[in-house]
Amino acid sequence: MSSSRRIRHVPVLGSIVLALMLTMVPLPASIDPYRPDWVALVLIYWTMMLPQSYSVGTAWLVGLILDVAQGTLLGQHALALVAVVFLTSRFHLLMRVFPMSQLTATVFGMLALYQFLLFWINGVAGVEAPAVSYWAPVIVGTVFWPLVAGLLSGLRFRNLARG
Amino acid sequence: MVTVRSNGNVPARVPALGFKALALVILSILIMFADTRGQHLSAVRQAIGAAVYPLRIIVDAPARFFDWASESTVSRGDLERENRRLANERLLIDAELQKVTALEAENSRLRAMLGARQRVSADVRVAEIMAVDANPYRHTLVIDTGTVEGAYDGQAVIDADGVVGQLIEPGLKTSQAVLISDPGHAIPVEVNRNGLRTIAFGTGEIDVLDLPFLPNNADIENGDLLVTSGLGGKFPPGYPVAVVSGVTRIPQEPFADVKATPSATLNQVREIMLVEQAPEPADAEAPAEETEEVANNE
Repeated sequence: MSSSRRIRHVPVLGSIVLALMLTMVPLPASIDPYRPDWVALVLIYWTMMLPQSYSVGTAWLVGLILDVAQGTLLGQHALALVAVVFLTSRFHLLMRVFPMSQLTATVFGMLALYQFLLFWINGVAGVEAPAVSYWAPVIVGTVFWPLVAGLLSGLRFRNLARG
Repeated sequence: MVTVRSNGNVPARVPALGFKALALVILSILIMFADTRGQHLSAVRQAIGAAVYPLRIIVDAPARFFDWASESTVSRGDLERENRRLANERLLIDAELQKVTALEAENSRLRAMLGARQRVSADVRVAEIMAVDANPYRHTLVIDTGTVEGAYDGQAVIDADGVVGQLIEPGLKTSQAVLISDPGHAIPVEVNRNGLRTIAFGTGEIDVLDLPFLPNNADIENGDLLVTSGLGGKFPPGYPVAVVSGVTRIPQEPFADVKATPSATLNQVREIMLVEQAPEPADAEAPAEETEEVANNE
């Protein structure tokens, strides 16, 4: 049991690190504003599936790392991720039985909340940001959600089978 | 409590997270407050930055590999040609330098006669920009030099053509710099032709700076070179910043609408220089300090 639990952490942490790296990879300026929030997507998935191990504490730590990597206000991404992950863990049983279309709609709502919190904090702190292109990651992230969920569940089940 | 079997072996009992989430949210807000009010958290930032460093290295690796690959597959003929070109260039620069040395001596003699303070000569350190994206909504760069190499907060960043920006977040091995085109950045400048002083603001567009505080009758024209004035003590004086690209005088408005194009190629640079300035006592005539701090407070 304990050894199988230890194995299970590797894909989770690996996918979080990969999401952080995807956030930092340089993109051409034309498509840069459309980069989805990989970290939020990955954390939503793992919180939905393994809420006993990964929830708000993980989200907060990852958020702080994201803040430093992005050079934003320390605590900004942390707060937004904690809010989104808290909602996910609250409704994870419901979300698991949702069909993919409904789940994707829920994820859209989550990403919109995430982006809204970031936007709001920017506004309060006086950081100027373009309002329209700010919402592009929400839509692109929703489009990518089925792909992310598929990949991560593949990862999870292969790991379970081996463990 | 409904017990549902989750993933085979663990019953889906999740601890109530409401309190923990609330505590973390409040903690985040406190941290954000502390972060906006000065530099209390720079140690925390540096510690987390050390964790981010390997990720940045990995993300930067492909770009570095392609650089290396294209460098190491150059033909001998190309190398010889480049070598000859560089040698010629060096000769020209050496000739220019002779003039500069003479001028410098003359300048310091004149300054001594006037009783003016000697200008501090600034040292530069070459740094490289990492192919790492930071915040997409601000104009920032990640560079491969940190406090270990002597980088410090507010240090001026220049390239071969002009001022690029300043460091806002020096980490141990990597740092973030804000460009002069960032909407939150302002730099004190003067017109090289007549010494007219003003402040150039970033606009969020990579090739446009805004000079909002020039009255309609100010002596400024298209093509004027703007150089750092050195007021505010952050940027060393005399480095080119931008060239005035448009002056619109509207009679009803108190200020002219003046735009400028940065001299440095802000979106193409790969190698930059950090200017090391000896800390000097703050000038009494430095009202620009406050506006410049805008860029640092975030």
